[in-house]
Amino acid sequence: MTDPMTRSTLMGCVATLVFLLSVPLFHSAYLIDVVTEILIYALFALSLNVIIGYSGNVSFGHAAYFAIGGYTNAILLTTYGWALVPSFVISILATISAAGIVAYFCTRLTDIYFAMLTLAFSMLVWAIAFKWRSATGGDDGFVGILIPDLIGDRTRFYYFTLILVTASVALLWSICHSAFGRTLVAVRENAVRAGFVGVNTRLMRWWAFVIAGTFAGIAGAIFGMFHRGMYVESAFWTQSATVLIMTLLGGMFSFFGPAIGAATLFILERITNEYTEYWPTVLGVVLLVILLFLPDGLSGLARRVHAFTTKNK
Amino acid sequence: MAFQAWLAECTRSPRKINKMLETNNLHKSFEGFKALTAIDFKLNEGERHAIIGPNGAGKTTFFNLITGHTQPSSGEIRYKGNLISGLKPYTIVKLGVARSFQRINIYPRMTVFQNVQVALIAQKNQHFRFFTKAHNLHKKETEDLLELVDLSEELEDIAGELAYGKQKQLELAISLAADPRLLLLDEPTAGMSPNETMESIQLINHIAETRSLTLLFTEHDMGVVFGIADRISVLHHGQILASGTPEAVRQDTEVRKVYLGEEIGNGPA
Repeated sequence: MTDPMTRSTLMGCVATLVFLLSVPLFHSAYLIDVVTEILIYALFALSLNVIIGYSGNVSFGHAAYFAIGGYTNAILLTTYGWALVPSFVISILATISAAGIVAYFCTRLTDIYFAMLTLAFSMLVWAIAFKWRSATGGDDGFVGILIPDLIGDRTRFYYFTLILVTASVALLWSICHSAFGRTLVAVRENAVRAGFVGVNTRLMRWWAFVIAGTFAGIAGAIFGMFHRGMYVESAFWTQSATVLIMTLLGGMFSFFGPAIGAATLFILERITNEYTEYWPTVLGVVLLVILLFLPDGLSGLARRVHAFTTKNK
Repeated sequence: MAFQAWLAECTRSPRKINKMLETNNLHKSFEGFKALTAIDFKLNEGERHAIIGPNGAGKTTFFNLITGHTQPSSGEIRYKGNLISGLKPYTIVKLGVARSFQRINIYPRMTVFQNVQVALIAQKNQHFRFFTKAHNLHKKETEDLLELVDLSEELEDIAGELAYGKQKQLELAISLAADPRLLLLDEPTAGMSPNETMESIQLINHIAETRSLTLLFTEHDMGVVFGIADRISVLHHGQILASGTPEAVRQDTEVRKVYLGEEIGNGPA
């Protein structure tokens, strides 16, 4: 969380962006699909980290906002035949409203109580998606999302995703490195002290929650369009757990850590599924490794390796 | 004597008559335990007032009440004549009351610079600015404050890794960043070496003078108390036993009884 962007981070960003821009040049539909999905999950994980890494609370229900964004966009585009832009904007506003209400209750609490309440609200969202068949398709899922022809083909959709995700990440970066972001870290570090220098810590945490929810909603809306469908699994607690593991794997004390975690976990899952059906077992091992050996994730490991090598030069 | 004091009070400018801080019949109890009983306390502007008393006398509780950390069971607290009991800590800070803590209370994983910078951001109500870059924000002011407490060399150090005495100084800088009129210091020299303590006394006096602060502090070290305070209140079992000039308190028989055997005012420095 050092700033301004260190040289190595900046170079990493430029290199990643160059790679991402050139992905369609490889003419591999599989690669484009995988990277599109990684981009979506990266944004999802980065948004969660505003709550976890920056405000210091663990959310077990972040999938709720992903799902609200996804379903709202799906319904407006398909059921009501809206154009993409208004549908997208309203989906984001719906996510903001939902996150705002939930955050009002959740930020009264901290620690495990906060986590449990976020879980409870996300199960509520899941139950609605599950039971409200006429609107969401229930457990059959919402299939056949209509998307504009302009982004209808694979490559175009890829660039559409890349632009939205890059813009969102840039926005998240500036928020996390703003006066607000700096103060939020102080709230995480010592909420009592922050209160005594004049910070309304609960309101700070409310904003963090809403910002996180907003970007999760954007990720969800893109996800739905990418798969041409939304499914109740996206609102289930396992989805919240997945994005949580991504964040921890990448490292919550680094801005880009969660994106790295998202990419790593996603690729790992794809590879594992090629060979065995025991992905949950592998996931369990990954989780163990993080908890026991990588408390600050891959980015923390990179930092330690870097410190070690520069020391021995 | 009392009449003369009263007369002097009346002939001062109206602003001066206004008490900086005033508590009336303040009570605080925790599940039946009476931490503070019927505290009537007055603090004039510009005063440097020490609150002394044995452990568990209620000093920290008193501070917590004034700063809104806990709410009084009954009674009222007025700051510059305005009722502040019931307000949140972050509101009270904005009115001009800042505090430091007995136990170190900093942001351990942030740099020394950032520790103070955040307090300045909050003081200027910028903590809801989502697109104001934090880097280099209030650089000059932050560095000035850190120079004041002699931490210029440690700007980029991680706060939690500083030596104890330095962390105490950082605390002071954080409190000052809130630009208080009334500064509450809870045991500002606890755990410091005699040398550090001496420096702290000078520093606190210097700061109180240059910033024309009103000071309210608790302290165990009588050397510090007599080195800074121009008035002293003695708290014992949640009640104010005596209040007055250092000389008067030193002579008070009740106080002598409480500090049985302990010499008051003959500590170091």
